[in-house]
Amino acid sequence: MTEIEPVLPTPTREAQPYWDSLREGVLRLQRCADCGQVRHYPRPMCPACHSMADDWVEAAGTGTVHSWTVSHHAFHPAFKRDLPQTFVTVDLAEGVRLLAPLRGDAGRIAIGSAVQIEIEALDDDWSIPVVRLA
Amino acid sequence: MATIASKAAVTGIGETAYTRGTDKSILALQLEASLAAITDAGLHPTDIDGVIVYSNGVTVAEDFITNLGLPDLRFSATTPMGGASCVAALQAAAAVVATGVANHVLIPVGRTGYSGERIAARVQQVPQFRTIGEFEMPMGAIAPAQLYAPMARRHMELYGTTSLQFAEVAMTMRQHALRNDNALMTEPLTVEAHQTSRMIADPFRLYDCCLESDGGAAVVVSRTEAARDMAQPQVTIMGVAEGHPDSPSTITQRPDLTQLGTAKAAPRAFEMAGVTPADIDVAEIYDCFTYILICQLEDLGFCAKGEGGAFVEGGRLALDGALPTNTHGGLLSQAHILGMNHVVELVRQLRGIGGPAQVPDAEIGLVTGYGDLGDGAVAILRRGA
Ligand SMILES: [Zn+2]
Repeated sequence: MTEIEPVLPTPTREAQPYWDSLREGVLRLQRCADCGQVRHYPRPMCPACHSMADDWVEAAGTGTVHSWTVSHHAFHPAFKRDLPQTFVTVDLAEGVRLLAPLRGDAGRIAIGSAVQIEIEALDDDWSIPVVRLA
Repeated sequence: MATIASKAAVTGIGETAYTRGTDKSILALQLEASLAAITDAGLHPTDIDGVIVYSNGVTVAEDFITNLGLPDLRFSATTPMGGASCVAALQAAAAVVATGVANHVLIPVGRTGYSGERIAARVQQVPQFRTIGEFEMPMGAIAPAQLYAPMARRHMELYGTTSLQFAEVAMTMRQHALRNDNALMTEPLTVEAHQTSRMIADPFRLYDCCLESDGGAAVVVSRTEAARDMAQPQVTIMGVAEGHPDSPSTITQRPDLTQLGTAKAAPRAFEMAGVTPADIDVAEIYDCFTYILICQLEDLGFCAKGEGGAFVEGGRLALDGALPTNTHGGLLSQAHILGMNHVVELVRQLRGIGGPAQVPDAEIGLVTGYGDLGDGAVAILRRGA
């Protein structure tokens, strides 16, 4: 059986610390070093105060369900083995959102359901956040 | 203050046959449609002095100079808003002809959505999907169906919108396509067929998703004064606007998942046109997914936020309904020609050449585009000056 290559990110310069942290098993979020606003996804400028100085904070790893979808079609061969796959739009405790695949039972998923963020390796170099209902 | 309200007109329309399967290139399809639009306008190709090309870079302005033999192209641009590009291009073209930068602006599109690369491969090449490419595609969320589904799911959870209401949209588009001899779908769609069609990305079933098709379409935009003496009955651009949603690069971070860029464009387009939703006789609303049409009805002001599902019930979008919508069958049942087929169809309706799908006495009509990760564009056209 031929191994199917995973879909890997091509990080922007600003997001490198995000991916580096995930590889270490930690979800870190970009924060404006001047006004303190957390922003996601990472980008060069704070849209609130236009500062380009940032630092990185470790996320609590908790949040709630904002929305979700259950994908029954893979659109890329790397994801066929995961079908059906639930993707959750999560309101993180830090006030930003992320999209991540659900692991474990989808149960009675609903808007507001509490979730826990875990980190999962795609390969030796890349890891992504995943979601589990709390 | 200067305005482009009613300063420009759509003077020519052209379409190729819409098919599933072609041996023509995207450029050839665009040229075929362009020539039809130029001829329809009563112009010669050398009269074209402006072109707005589709933003994916497959064709460039130089291609149109080279093939149409344009002696002096004075304006070229792109409006990179995915499926909202065609209607956004009407705004750019109107501004350009109103100010005399160019006289006759050609807006061509073409696509080989059926014969060419599949959707997932295409969106990975779109610059507007770069953020998604870095942060969401590596997790398996790749295609528009997957990326848009959380918007629909949240709408359903907040407002009680149902899959049966999605079916109502799909079935109405299908009924309209059956009256159109340039439509891909030729059989009626039942609610049972919709409800049992395979799930793609919940809540989107197969029949909630648009077609993949091959074809080209084009329009010519000219100054209103010039349009009076041209070949076709005049169709004036009363008002037109584009709107970019909050968090335009990622739906995930959008403060309100149930609002599109359409919500910003619509009030500006209606104000420029000097009309209200109640004045619209016929609407051509971008329908890449059934839900996206419902959401736009709300953002356009035809009903309040959350009421779009109930609004489409009872045949309101049908030819004999209160708001005849997608009289050609739309992206869902005619063909996916990036919504330029919507622009062409509205012009046909306002000229009174809508054939079996003609809305009687259609005088004022609306066309929208929707694209990428929530971009919207709205144009309001009227018959005559
Ligand atoms: Zn700041």
